[in-house]
Amino acid sequence: MTAMLDVRGLTKHFPVRRGVLRRVVGQVQAVNDVSFEVADGETLAIVGESGCGKSTIGRALLRLTEPTAGSVQLDGEDVLTLPAEDMRTMRRRMQIIFQDPYASLNPRMTVSETLAEPLLLHGLASPADVSDRVATLLETCGLQPWHAGRYPHEFSGGQRQRVGIARALATRPRLIVCDEPVSALDVSVQAQIVNLLRDLQAEFGIGYVFISHDLAVVRHMASRVAVVYLGRIVEEAPVAELFASPRHPYTRSLIAAAPRPDPALRNTRAPVQGDLPSALAPPTGCAFHPRCALAEARCRSERPVLRTIGTTQVACHLADESAASETITDSTPADALRRRLAVLDAARQQETA
Amino acid sequence: MNDTTSLLEIRDLEVEFHVGGTVHRAVQGVSFSLERGRTLGVVGESGCGKSVTSLAIMRLVPQPPGHYAGGQIVFDGQDLLSQPESAMRRLRGGRIGMIFQEPMTSLNPVYTCGTQIEESLKVHSGLTGKAARDRAIEMLDLVGLPSPATRVDDYPHQLSGGQRQRVMIALALANDPDLLIADEPTTALDVTIQAQILDLMGDLRARTGAAVMLVTHDLGVVAQTCDDVVVMYAGRVVEQAPTAALFGDPQHPYTIGLMAAVPRIDTAAGRLATIPGTVPPPWVKQSGCRFASRCPLADAQCRNQDPPLRAVSQGHAVACWKAPIEVAA
Repeated sequence: MTAMLDVRGLTKHFPVRRGVLRRVVGQVQAVNDVSFEVADGETLAIVGESGCGKSTIGRALLRLTEPTAGSVQLDGEDVLTLPAEDMRTMRRRMQIIFQDPYASLNPRMTVSETLAEPLLLHGLASPADVSDRVATLLETCGLQPWHAGRYPHEFSGGQRQRVGIARALATRPRLIVCDEPVSALDVSVQAQIVNLLRDLQAEFGIGYVFISHDLAVVRHMASRVAVVYLGRIVEEAPVAELFASPRHPYTRSLIAAAPRPDPALRNTRAPVQGDLPSALAPPTGCAFHPRCALAEARCRSERPVLRTIGTTQVACHLADESAASETITDSTPADALRRRLAVLDAARQQETA
Repeated sequence: MNDTTSLLEIRDLEVEFHVGGTVHRAVQGVSFSLERGRTLGVVGESGCGKSVTSLAIMRLVPQPPGHYAGGQIVFDGQDLLSQPESAMRRLRGGRIGMIFQEPMTSLNPVYTCGTQIEESLKVHSGLTGKAARDRAIEMLDLVGLPSPATRVDDYPHQLSGGQRQRVMIALALANDPDLLIADEPTTALDVTIQAQILDLMGDLRARTGAAVMLVTHDLGVVAQTCDDVVVMYAGRVVEQAPTAALFGDPQHPYTIGLMAAVPRIDTAAGRLATIPGTVPPPWVKQSGCRFASRCPLADAQCRNQDPPLRAVSQGHAVACWKAPIEVAA
């Protein structure tokens, strides 16, 4: 394959130590045998609930936590076996954006210091032209040049996330791992950041690994979606395919559970029961079977492997039979909303013209 | 909305915070009412005053720096703002139940779930000993906690996030409140757990007949659960309507912008609409419409005169000089 990012069998187990001798008493199987590819300028979304291992996948890709097993190749170069010195140059090509930009920006550094550091470190700018580069970066991310002298606490949440994006963008990476980049933001700001990420991708051809729990955002961002449950990919499909005919029962319950902004579509279906099981002692067979309405004897004893149905890869014994049982009806916003929005948009265009 | 049947009536509520010499006007003349057996959604983005409003109803705004600068909160005929603290203590957890966003920080980590429910029952309903314990187990069963007879002795850290929120709901409903205030009750939870909790709240409301005030930023949650909606912006109510009317016929430019900005799971991808600009900071004194600086329709009147909330149809009111927005046929 010629994919930009090629991940094979990525696995991360955290040892659990107890007692005075710190003996290993168990393994938290955070990520198990995860494989995927990301092409140039493509967005692969990784979705799942808290504790499913999606953030660990993102961190393991960049070796922010060292994976237990597997391989990660960026443009054919193996990331996981690189010595520390080469890894530093590799990091120029792969960057990350975190959920909470307040926690991930140094509060004692001004924005220009934060952005200049990677530029100088990787030799992408000389001390003479670094301030110009910083100003260009800020502008690219929708900030003003005079923001450069400010500290993170002086910004709103959306602006801070723009700084976080500018920092990731500084080294002109091939790949950006976006770990819940819009989850902490208000709806109107979230929309601005989603649009910005899409614009940057179109302009620079960056590949995104977009980690999120929010399927509605994913539908607007991703080209392909991988659904993760308890450390394993249970379904992977092109975005349109996933939402039109989700094949894994877990994917279906995730889609059904997302509250839709339309009172006419009140959710009458009973939500999936129970909680995510512990990754310390995953259930036998299919990890989803204790919560699955369709589970039968085979699901409890035999773990389903990913298999291909059409353009979808799914790990479910019953994927063939259950596929057509439920579909999501598309809906559109109310007429009055669309017409009034058009009036507002027209007025806004006139204002700027 | 008829005054005589309202369980809760908020009139011109003003809440200010005095911080370092400046006055932050968090809630600026908010009025709405809630009837028995109804669910009212209060929506808005961070800093719009929705949480301060819900804290004010329970008189839990910290004083200082907070200050109730004006208005009334009439609960079942009594103005809560003029009640002595002892009366408020009887109401909180008794006739007014509350659920907060983060169940880990609102449950006491050093007491078992059962003890916390029993304490509330002892204070408000006079139940003690076995009667209180039985009632606590009954409540935990009611909210769908598995094996309640043993979980009653669990500490909060032994439960998952969804289970902790169930315990919070059991605690809030233990004394059969007339009013349940839920401030972002599902925001910290996963979607499948959120669906379970919203389902549960709907069931319990139907069973107990309590009025529910649901404070949220999530228009999807509102559409799924509420009878009526109040939209807040920068400390004011900008629009209020029955849920179907709000979603089918949104009037205020802010409501329209907010609805268009929500990514929809059931519509094919496309560019999301955004609202340019940001919310004005709370210390800026504004004479006109709070949304004027971000509104493309704003004119001199909008910038100078505060638009009053006025009815556009039955139960549907909007605070906008430009409403209804003219639409070309």
